[in-house]
Amino acid sequence: MQNKDKHKLESINIRVERFDPSNKKFYKREYAVSADRFTSVLSALLLIKENLDPTLSLRYSCRMGICGSCAMVINGKPSLACETNLTHEFYKDKTVVVEPLRGFPLLRDLVTDFDDFFNKHKSVKPWLVASDINEQFEPKKEYPQTSYERDVFLPFSECIKCGLCVDACPVTNTNKEFIGPQALGQAYRYIKDSRDVNGKERLDIIDTLEGVWGCDFIGACSVVCPKSVDPALAIQMLKAEISKRVILGKKPVKEEIVDKPGPK
Amino acid sequence: MDKLEYDIVILGTGLGGMRAALEATKKSGSKLRIALISKIHAMRSHSVAAEGGISGVLYPDKNKDSFELHAYDTIKGSDYLADQDAVEMLVRNAPHEIRLLEHLGVPWNRDKDGEIQFRAFGGMSTPRTAFAADKTGFFMLNSIYDTLLRFDNIDVFHEYYATKMLLDKGVFKGFYVIDLATGNRKLIVARQGIIATGGAARVYEFTTTSYSSTGDGLGLAYREGLPLKDMEFVQFHPTALVPSGILISEAARGEGGYLLNSKNERFMANYAKTKMELAPRDIVSRAIMTEIEEGRGIKDPTSGMDYVLLDLRHLEQKILDEKLPMIREIAIKMLKIDPAYEPLPIRPASHFTMGGIASNKEAGVLYTKKKQVRGLWAAGECGSVSVHGANRLGSNSLSECIIWGRIAGEAAAKSALKTRGLSAVDKWLERAVTDEDMRISKLLDSHGEHNPYQIRKELWRTMEENVHVFRNKQRLTKAKKKLKELTARFSNIYVGDKGNIYNTNLRDVFELENMLNLSAVITECALNRTESRGGHWRTDYPSRDDKRWLKHTLAFKSAKGIRLDYLPVKITKWKPEIRKY
Repeated sequence: MQNKDKHKLESINIRVERFDPSNKKFYKREYAVSADRFTSVLSALLLIKENLDPTLSLRYSCRMGICGSCAMVINGKPSLACETNLTHEFYKDKTVVVEPLRGFPLLRDLVTDFDDFFNKHKSVKPWLVASDINEQFEPKKEYPQTSYERDVFLPFSECIKCGLCVDACPVTNTNKEFIGPQALGQAYRYIKDSRDVNGKERLDIIDTLEGVWGCDFIGACSVVCPKSVDPALAIQMLKAEISKRVILGKKPVKEEIVDKPGPK
Repeated sequence: MDKLEYDIVILGTGLGGMRAALEATKKSGSKLRIALISKIHAMRSHSVAAEGGISGVLYPDKNKDSFELHAYDTIKGSDYLADQDAVEMLVRNAPHEIRLLEHLGVPWNRDKDGEIQFRAFGGMSTPRTAFAADKTGFFMLNSIYDTLLRFDNIDVFHEYYATKMLLDKGVFKGFYVIDLATGNRKLIVARQGIIATGGAARVYEFTTTSYSSTGDGLGLAYREGLPLKDMEFVQFHPTALVPSGILISEAARGEGGYLLNSKNERFMANYAKTKMELAPRDIVSRAIMTEIEEGRGIKDPTSGMDYVLLDLRHLEQKILDEKLPMIREIAIKMLKIDPAYEPLPIRPASHFTMGGIASNKEAGVLYTKKKQVRGLWAAGECGSVSVHGANRLGSNSLSECIIWGRIAGEAAAKSALKTRGLSAVDKWLERAVTDEDMRISKLLDSHGEHNPYQIRKELWRTMEENVHVFRNKQRLTKAKKKLKELTARFSNIYVGDKGNIYNTNLRDVFELENMLNLSAVITECALNRTESRGGHWRTDYPSRDDKRWLKHTLAFKSAKGIRLDYLPVKITKWKPEIRKY
């Protein structure tokens, strides 16, 4: 807080990069909002919508960083608007710049299309497959799981599907076929769950150039993840899993990995 | 206009709706075509914000627990307004659901034997709340969502807003929806409908709930003349973070947290000697509000809000890390306060709607006092079965959601299999759709003088000031008058956004319409009930009056305004007694 009196309101400018789908025009709008030391970027945007411009479009719901709705780019960094404090963000001219996610098709203003993102999540079969389907859906007794077994996948199960990792990833931004860090992270989460038996099928799905081998290990995904999921680690661990099974001879090396060049 | 036909349409994708979808698909061998509709992305529903856990007696011997005891705690917690046969269903079905969720991937906290851990919760005699850190709802919802992706017969409609329930003389026909991404209006026709849209705690200014908890399903049902039950009973959660209202789970007290006033006293000793901080929520919320009103609160100089303190400093670091990581993360991110070293500023906030769409224990929605709607079921917080009566115990909501989700899903599937074939679009339906189309076009076209957000702000303020933890005739009458004024102003609003694509301005107006109706119902029911019971406390009638008021309220929309009626409470073996903790 730069203000001497930390309880005082101060005026901060928010510059929103907007898009009007009716005429396909991009434009900027700047709004002044009064903020106190608690004001988040999300609450500031809602103040704008309520008092200055009802046409501003954005997505939001829980405002406590668990629903994953309000992903956007704030001062150049993919962030959750509800978790970002406005007064900590401004530049010297007291302006905060807010843009939509750039790695997603734009619908309007700060709202982007998540269809492809959700489809990629689904493509890795992100659900628990137990050895006995009758027991799984008509349970008699819980599967035992030690705290250690749980800790192996727990950090990866914290994914809120906000899309920040995909937005930050240079590979997804240049190769739309790449499954991306969110989905690969979830493949790892289920593979590593001691209750799951579907690891092999999931490894088959991601053992491709669009799967784990598309990853250049830049690690931007893990830097921006608001829940510390670390998809970059998950992807490298998956590469190790696949290599392990190749070395152990359970599956031949896929030809395309040897013959074809990597993604552009 | 597009018309989509399904066997079952489910409105709402929280735990209730998704559990219903899973059961319906299971029961039909994945034969039935199911539409799952959410006004937001399905997996972002407010269930994700449930923190503390789900109740259920899994290991009776180990935890010295029984169904009997869980039922008794729930009924006493409800201040004897719960229907006892429904409560028995809740306690008997809960363990099965916890196991199912375990099998679907929920990372429950485990003990050293690999068994699911349980924690203490308010009003529960023994630890019986299963949990996955303090993100239980998040893990439950995402596990079910991921599981539903297995089934090709379920279509998920993300970001579709239902503006009307199509109900013809007690027969359910479908929903009229708007696709927010395009603005296209669609008719979703189905013989079976499940409504699972959650509660209406957003009618208050200071609330723990998501922006989306605006009670849309209750609003839709009420507009079609269906009765709402026990709407005067709103739960105020004792510990919401100041100034945002973000929930700090009851688990914080379950794990040993204290409540302190400005004099550093554990004031709960004066209100609930035995249970202290783990008394039921209505009692703790009243205690905090009393401390604040009597001058033992602390004022936050930025927001001007009064609060008391939740102290977790004496808890082991390991407990914070393994059992309460999210509330710690939130406090640090939002307030720059680490609860390991500094107490948290908290005060009561609206949290849960004990009332809801009048439904029975088979999940059927009532049409009149005696008759049921054909083809409509309710699940979760939007229904009122009622298992929570006048006050819900913490962690009973997730069990309710998931159990009545299952019951509704099964009931809808059975009926759908019996009456397969699609419902014809008849004259009535055509007419209803044309009328709704015109209503929406007219709203979108509004050029009146009132800003809907200003009306919403005044609505929130009115409920916060007058229909809160402590109520009386004077305040409630004031609220009723103000709500009338706001409703009149609503008919002369302007909608500034005329666009089709992702028009959240128009969506907010629909939500506001629902919130205005529901606030009026809550206020009317609260004014009518001249006693104090559970979450409904009248300072002018400060005691429970079983002779006159051991009954459920029903509120119907009528030409003359809100019409009230009553239903008896089902009492099986637990006779009402004095409620002390």
